[in-house]
Amino acid sequence: MADNIDIKVEFTGGLEMLFSDKRNHKISLPAVDSDGQPANVAFLIKYLCENVMKSQKKDLFVLDGSVRPGILVLINDADWELEGEDQYELQAGDNVVFVSTLHGG
Amino acid sequence: MPPQLCTHCKTARAQILRPKNHSRLCAACFTSVFESEVAATITSTALFHPGERIAIGASGGKDSCVLASVLKTLNDRYKWGLDLVLLSVDEGITGYRDHSLDAVRRNAKELDLPLHIVSYEELYGWSMDQVVAQIGKKGNCTYCGVFRRQALDRGAARLGVRHVVTGHNADDVAETVLMNLLRGDLMRLGRATGIVTSTPAAAVDGLKDADGDDGAGAGGEVGITNVKRSKPLMYAYEKEIVLYAHHKKLDYFSTECIYSPEAFRGSARTLIKNLERIRPESILDVVRSGIEMARLVPEADGGCRGACGAKGAKKEVIQPDDEDEGNGGCGTGNGRGSGGEMAEMERKLLMDERAEEMGTETEIQPRPVQNGVGADGVKGRQEATPAPHPASTTIVPVRPKKKDGAPRAAVALPGKQTLGRCERCGYLSSQAVCKACVLLEGLNKSRPRTAIAVDASHG
Ligand SMILES: [Zn+2]
Ligand SMILES: [Zn+2]
Repeated sequence: MADNIDIKVEFTGGLEMLFSDKRNHKISLPAVDSDGQPANVAFLIKYLCENVMKSQKKDLFVLDGSVRPGILVLINDADWELEGEDQYELQAGDNVVFVSTLHGG
Repeated sequence: MPPQLCTHCKTARAQILRPKNHSRLCAACFTSVFESEVAATITSTALFHPGERIAIGASGGKDSCVLASVLKTLNDRYKWGLDLVLLSVDEGITGYRDHSLDAVRRNAKELDLPLHIVSYEELYGWSMDQVVAQIGKKGNCTYCGVFRRQALDRGAARLGVRHVVTGHNADDVAETVLMNLLRGDLMRLGRATGIVTSTPAAAVDGLKDADGDDGAGAGGEVGITNVKRSKPLMYAYEKEIVLYAHHKKLDYFSTECIYSPEAFRGSARTLIKNLERIRPESILDVVRSGIEMARLVPEADGGCRGACGAKGAKKEVIQPDDEDEGNGGCGTGNGRGSGGEMAEMERKLLMDERAEEMGTETEIQPRPVQNGVGADGVKGRQEATPAPHPASTTIVPVRPKKKDGAPRAAVALPGKQTLGRCERCGYLSSQAVCKACVLLEGLNKSRPRTAIAVDASHG
């Protein structure tokens, strides 16, 4: 079993500002979380906050333990609600997009 | 879990969960349904007429980008014969509009639409950078918002275009509905929920919009008061607008105004988004409730402002220049309210509560209704609402907004509002001098070397 799974993460709609102004990120995510559970999107969000985010404005991305309302999450180009939301277990090669709807008309 | 299938075509993988009805669609079906719904909004309200020149207010952001793309697509598909142009406003904020205007330029090229950019500097003699240099960062959003409200109209008038469409979406309308309800501002409720915000020309000059003479603005000068505003995306969820842009790979720009970095914190916007998380239908429910409540406002022209699609919608209440769309003005082209609205609101509500304890809550009773549209609207409501009051009156409690003064009823009745034109620039205004001109006067006084007045006869 591989120790890490490689996925692609994209931030857009203004969120890239929180992640070094970089839209596309290649993330090598531990395959299991600290409890030994398979890495899911909830774990990815936590991982991104702790390891990738450069900005101090964490609350513009997460609020009360989940992504802030108004931020859309797409898993392999589908709404995450259709894929099990933050319980979706990530596979190598997955593409996760975070889009803010909160900026700019 | 196994992939779910699109409930529409039943073959492709579902990619979109629609907030309004929980249907699951593939990207292709979603795109087509989204476009059809916008088309239905436009045709059911008779929003455009063949050959009409339409200026699309383009900020480079997602909403106007999607609006331009959808209108272009529908115009080609249904042969509406609309003459579409993109109209952008350059506030003159270094580093802010540069990129968003680049995005608009790319859109214009991609969609093969003409683009016109008007700057605050050419319209008012002041760029926002100059305003900020003059007055500091505090309070500059007021200037930006007031200038913006007139900028699209002024820009359109320069182009000889009588109809400006903006990208306001259902979330924007729901937010404005909530704000106006909290303020107890029933008149603005009508404005917020109407798909057409104003047809000042018809109301002021007795000009008819439907007689087809405004094809290319030929022959006739289009004054800034002859410009009509509408919002074709007012029933479209912000989520779906963003998804439409995503799946169609539209090129838009997103940033906040650099002068208001905290703009959306603690705002009514946050409340709307929290509601959506709990129950996505809430947003359209708030919009529909706003439309219904606007109908209850006496003499508010049935309150529909065209949203109901009735022909009577042509008869418009004139909109003064103040606080169009009820937004705080800054930054986003959609003019999201500035931050701290809710805190401000709480203070106001507290004040109102005190006023109420002192027995100053007012009830207004409408005068006999004069025009048919209003009569129908009010009567219809009375039948539907079991009223404890005599059937001939509708009682609308109105909270006084300020402690100081004149009863709100005077403001609440549009028929009584004396609307004229700003004596300096000619813009519709309930004051002798419009807000923009007042602000400009202040600015120009403190910069005597370049006293630039706004010219009424620009063109
Ligand atoms: Zn489909
Ligand atoms: Zn004026």
